[in-house]
Amino acid sequence: MPTTPPKVGLFVTCLVDLFRPNVGFSAIKLIEQAGYSVDVPEQQTCCGQPAYNSGDVPTTRELARQVMTAFENYDYVVAPSGSCASMLKFHYVELFKDNPVELEKAQHFAQRCYELTSFLTDICEMKQVTANFPHRVTYHDSCSGLREMGIKQQPRQLLNSVTGLNLVEMKESETCCGFGGTFCLKYPDISTRIVSDKVANIHHTDAEVLTAGDLGCLMNMAGRLSRTGSKVQVYHVAEILADMTNIPAIGEAEGE
Amino acid sequence: MQINSPQFKQRATVALQDMRLQKALSKAKGGFIDKRLAAISALPEFEALRERGKAIKQHTLENLDFYLERFESKVIEQGGKVHWASSSEEACQLILEISRAANAKVITKGKSMVGEEISLNEALEADGFKVVETDLGEYIIQLAHEPPSHIIAPAVHKTREQISDLFHEHHQQYGLTQKLDTVPELVNEARTVLRSQFLSADVGITGANFLIAETGSTVIVTNEGNGDLTNTLPRVHIVMTSIEKVVPTLNDATTLLRLLGRSATGQEMTSYTTFTTGVRREGELDGAQEFHVVLLDNGRTTMLGDEFKDMLRCIRCGACMNHCPVYGSVGGHAYGWVYPGPMGSVLTPLMIGLKAAQDLPNASTLCGRCEQVCPMKIPLPTMLRQHRINAYEQDLMPTRARWALKIWAYFAKRPALYQKLASIKIGILGFLGGGRGSFRYLPFAGAWTKNRDFPAPQGKTFMAQWKARKSA
Repeated sequence: MPTTPPKVGLFVTCLVDLFRPNVGFSAIKLIEQAGYSVDVPEQQTCCGQPAYNSGDVPTTRELARQVMTAFENYDYVVAPSGSCASMLKFHYVELFKDNPVELEKAQHFAQRCYELTSFLTDICEMKQVTANFPHRVTYHDSCSGLREMGIKQQPRQLLNSVTGLNLVEMKESETCCGFGGTFCLKYPDISTRIVSDKVANIHHTDAEVLTAGDLGCLMNMAGRLSRTGSKVQVYHVAEILADMTNIPAIGEAEGE
Repeated sequence: MQINSPQFKQRATVALQDMRLQKALSKAKGGFIDKRLAAISALPEFEALRERGKAIKQHTLENLDFYLERFESKVIEQGGKVHWASSSEEACQLILEISRAANAKVITKGKSMVGEEISLNEALEADGFKVVETDLGEYIIQLAHEPPSHIIAPAVHKTREQISDLFHEHHQQYGLTQKLDTVPELVNEARTVLRSQFLSADVGITGANFLIAETGSTVIVTNEGNGDLTNTLPRVHIVMTSIEKVVPTLNDATTLLRLLGRSATGQEMTSYTTFTTGVRREGELDGAQEFHVVLLDNGRTTMLGDEFKDMLRCIRCGACMNHCPVYGSVGGHAYGWVYPGPMGSVLTPLMIGLKAAQDLPNASTLCGRCEQVCPMKIPLPTMLRQHRINAYEQDLMPTRARWALKIWAYFAKRPALYQKLASIKIGILGFLGGGRGSFRYLPFAGAWTKNRDFPAPQGKTFMAQWKARKSA
């Protein structure tokens, strides 16, 4: 363990902030277990993806500057989301490609940005976690994390170290769940069709629990599972790894 | 071809409820994906080949004028002629003139997406020519009076039963009255009908997968051999294609062919790969006596100079649509014009205008699977987003969405205010939830709650809890 631990700034993500704070606290617990000190800069709201994917570049740039300034004094920026981490790491650089001064800043910032499970395994070299979760679990590969950040083995390696956890692969785990940010609101029927295929693949594994690294995807899949009367429970991967599954699953009521 | 892209949403909804289409789509999807994967897994150098293919196309596009002129001069050397068409209308006009000069009555056609792009069949039929599609898929949709729904499998949306019905209805005139059930029977009957058409055709029109600058050759790939009968039997052969199909050498074409078959159908090579070079020479047994190449621009030279340049690398394999969750859900007709799926959602707004095709680049989750499987490594999601950026700049976004975005942005740019407001909103949502795990209905979120529950917030926001914890 380093004598003065490097400082990690947690990028909470707007969805975790609003809907599932437990994921943020799970992330803090895991990063601390890895021997790093964590802080949460208060000048953060959202990474800017809703604006970026709607074509509003000026707003996205303003939000990007806000995030980069808020995290200026941290050695690492870690987000419990492949999608937001990818926005920070790859798309901010794109946004400032025509401005050399800001581009350099964005590139410097990008080097410090990580998705949570990749940070824990690739940077902290964490091999196992202290958690107990005696359930049959299946993991969905969220698109940005998988294809932009290369997150595939990292969460699986850590999940496999959880006591009692039995990880089963679903068919087409790399196929989109149909969330797509504002896509699911603009094209709800298409989104429903895509998430229905996903739900069928989840059920096919006989898993009791579905997990993934992105809350947006999880809320989408949890919403469809719940609507169709499924008993599959949904937790963010950070909650399982941090042994913080003592609260109702996503979309589930107390005592359900 | 009629433009129906503005009705994307309605068409998608209809497609989702069409059980026969859904059956056809799910059957096709598995086949394409599995076969491609098997073919690529068997070729360790596939990644290197992709890089090489991309470099070939990149180099050619950077020197497009040079290679096109070289191609033209080689075609002329071989006794052929090259015609330049800047628009669809010009291209149709050129082909009409060639066909009239040939005194043609029957025209056979190989599959050509550029032909669809310029609405060639409509133009020829309006001028009194009998047009016969000879690719099985194209033949089927010609009988059904439908546009293609996939760039390499135009009738992929049709089930076997539907095809059997179509043949039964249209083949009676040839004395073929039995209703057929199996695929081989259907294929054989189509072959019988088409055979007589091949022999009576005066002009044959094919597309081109590649044009080779060093030899003046045009290349097509088919699995039925219909292309060969279309370009060797009639007296006049017209190649209807577009300018970005040119590559420098035969060697380059073979590199791209290795990528094309595997990416498209999972074949190492298609059953037929046909190189056509000029007119029939003295002493040769077959080949056309007139050889014309019509080269279409239709906005492509504009793309060369803008942010959509990479799209010109596309070799029309269809892998992007085969792997697209949206295409897989709604099929090709929902997109409302010639090119569907991710490549179509990039191309269509450039060809029919962003306003009419605005839904297409938005109807994507930007999942990135298309870019992952594209043999030419075209950054499709980036270009879909670029269309959204252009739409935003041109003020094309629907007013409600624009205002929602503005209001959200106002708060997102003011963290202290945002966090206060978020606390209140989440408090209200939590209160409404009243201990329920999720909402079956939420005002202003009907699009979500129509077919999905909305998970209720856990409690206070993270930021509120974090601040309380820090000050404790």
